[in-house]
Amino acid sequence: MIKKFLVSLAIVAVFAFYSDIKGSEKQETAILPKNNKSSLSQSTPSSTPAPADTSTPAPVSIVNIPGQSASPTPVPSTPTPTPSHQGQYKDGTYTGPVADAFYGNVQIQVKISNGLISDVQFLQYPNDRNTSIMINSQAMPMLQQEAIQSQTGNVDIISGATDTSNAFIQSLTSALSQAK
Amino acid sequence: MKKTELLMDMPVTVEIADEAEKQDVETVYDYFRYVDETFSTFKKGSEISKINQGKLKISDSSQDMKEIFAKAEETKKLTLGYFDIRKDTGYDPSGIVKGWAILNAAKILRKKGYRNFFIDAGGDIQIDGQSKNKNWSVGIRNPFNRFENIKILNISNRGVATSGTYIRGQHIYNPFNKDLPIKEIVSLTVIGPDVYEADRFATAAFAMGKKGIEFIERLKDFEGYMVDKKGMATYTSGFNSYLYNNGKNN
Repeated sequence: MIKKFLVSLAIVAVFAFYSDIKGSEKQETAILPKNNKSSLSQSTPSSTPAPADTSTPAPVSIVNIPGQSASPTPVPSTPTPTPSHQGQYKDGTYTGPVADAFYGNVQIQVKISNGLISDVQFLQYPNDRNTSIMINSQAMPMLQQEAIQSQTGNVDIISGATDTSNAFIQSLTSALSQAK
Repeated sequence: MKKTELLMDMPVTVEIADEAEKQDVETVYDYFRYVDETFSTFKKGSEISKINQGKLKISDSSQDMKEIFAKAEETKKLTLGYFDIRKDTGYDPSGIVKGWAILNAAKILRKKGYRNFFIDAGGDIQIDGQSKNKNWSVGIRNPFNRFENIKILNISNRGVATSGTYIRGQHIYNPFNKDLPIKEIVSLTVIGPDVYEADRFATAAFAMGKKGIEFIERLKDFEGYMVDKKGMATYTSGFNSYLYNNGKNN
């Protein structure tokens, strides 16, 4: 019991820490692990040069939600000695390494135009991450498996996928009409 | 008192275990008819159709419509975009309206003093209280054989909802990859604090494919039972607490 409590406490603490870092960021952003493995600091661009400043990666956590264009992450517009660049990064497209985000992998691709981050894509991300406080006190999923088995016994109600019954009846009727 | 009526192209069943007035059951059906008239994308004159036709702004719409749009937006955030009422053809809020409407109908009955009843609309169910001093028993339908149940749950004061693709085909899709059909899993049943919560998270988790059950596992107060195309079930750690004898000797 105490252990469980401590685990929940730890999770709440971690979550609070997240919230802290995330600060004023938009709600739809995905939560990234505070573990900086998933940050751009380890990005290994294949042919294009690495971003100029790798020590303090910009928080990249924009999820491209359909129907909504992702707003580019604001980048501090520090003046650079190179006049051709407005921002601190060199133009190009950079792909970060696959990082373990505890519940799944995160891989980010960032596009730099005119020295600024113009687009951030998630090539991989844990699609099951919940941004709300409704995080289970359990740290790891404890799923179980079995082969489905028919059950006997009366029930008051049946839960099944929507429209199944009508569609089934339609399909059956149609099949039966062919059987005539 | 028990009644079933075909509404919104699905059977809607109301059963009240308490001594009940017939007209009280009718208020539930009246309410569902209103919801259908307002939110059906199949009805040209419905409020949602007017929004989709550009004849009505969301800001000028009814309180209920605004509430649904706000709830859809919130759900989209909670599910990282997996729940989305924006479709190629316009807005289709049916994925959130159903659970919301069932819960509102249950609130109507509660206000009238009923404590023991269920409302089932097409397999999504709000369950209040008990039946004959026992929890209500809820079967999970076999996605491969509609005449069979694969689980029997023992439920009181909860919502149960099932999402699936079977028979009618792909009516739920992954918004991140619309062309990719969801076919790994055929059925996902979610037990939640109420039918609104169960329904919206069942819909979103189903769209996540195999990962959906992990999403349910991490939601507090939710349990789930997922069936894949091979007939293998994956279920959450607390699911067995809803089985008779916790699933032992059953």
